[in-house]
Amino acid sequence: MTLIPKHQAIVLTSSLESVERAEAAADALAAGGGFDESDRHRISMAVREITVNAVRHGNAFAVEKKVHLDLRLSNDSLTIEVSDEGPGFDLTQVPDPLASDNLMRQSGRGIFLARNFMDDFELRTGAAGTHIRMVKRRHSAETGHAGSSSGVEHD
Amino acid sequence: MIKVTRRKVDHVVVVDLGGRIVLGDGSATLRDTIHELLVEDEIRILLNLAEVSYIDSSGLGELIAGFTAVRARGGELKLLHLTRKVHDLLQITKLYTVFDIKDDEATAIASFVPVAP
Repeated sequence: MTLIPKHQAIVLTSSLESVERAEAAADALAAGGGFDESDRHRISMAVREITVNAVRHGNAFAVEKKVHLDLRLSNDSLTIEVSDEGPGFDLTQVPDPLASDNLMRQSGRGIFLARNFMDDFELRTGAAGTHIRMVKRRHSAETGHAGSSSGVEHD
Repeated sequence: MIKVTRRKVDHVVVVDLGGRIVLGDGSATLRDTIHELLVEDEIRILLNLAEVSYIDSSGLGELIAGFTAVRARGGELKLLHLTRKVHDLLQITKLYTVFDIKDDEATAIASFVPVAP
């Protein structure tokens, strides 16, 4: 039997390979923590979308910049933190992907999907980079949890 | 990795897709496939997603790009056999209201505008 650590801190390069690595690490921890298949899919997708943003939009694939992934499994939840070393962004300029004018846009759904798939979603962004903290609780779907507490801070 | 096979049924090209349509090879392969079909003047396209396990936001973007490109040529692009995960994704993003989604291949084929004689 393979023991899965309950806490993992991983420093990733700014590459698409890092996206696969982040997704795999989160899914392994979620599986080991007893999350069902549906929640594992949501967790994997949230981590994927946020890591893609960190690599592509935050660090702009810069080789000298890293993405910091922190995964922490507790008895009732999985907490995921993703930080990049980019210049930050203005969240108010991110279009609402559900607005009728934006439905046919080919991009701009990453944060929206992660926010939907996780129970808690917090975003801080500024000149020192963007930091996202997401929490998935076990059996959240069964308890009817549909919303999320979310916060945005600009440094 | 995405798997793609093409077959012609009446006047429609059915594209059977499998695997993950995600940023990188998966979404690029889908983009190339639709581009090739348009170059061949195939403008009635049915994407069979029965074996697609995962679509990320980049994959959604490629579906939208394909839909838009085919429509610009006067054609139609429809989706067939969504898995539960993909169905949920299209509902969350409201793209369920954009795409013509079918559950039965024969019905889907019949729903395309016939080729003019």
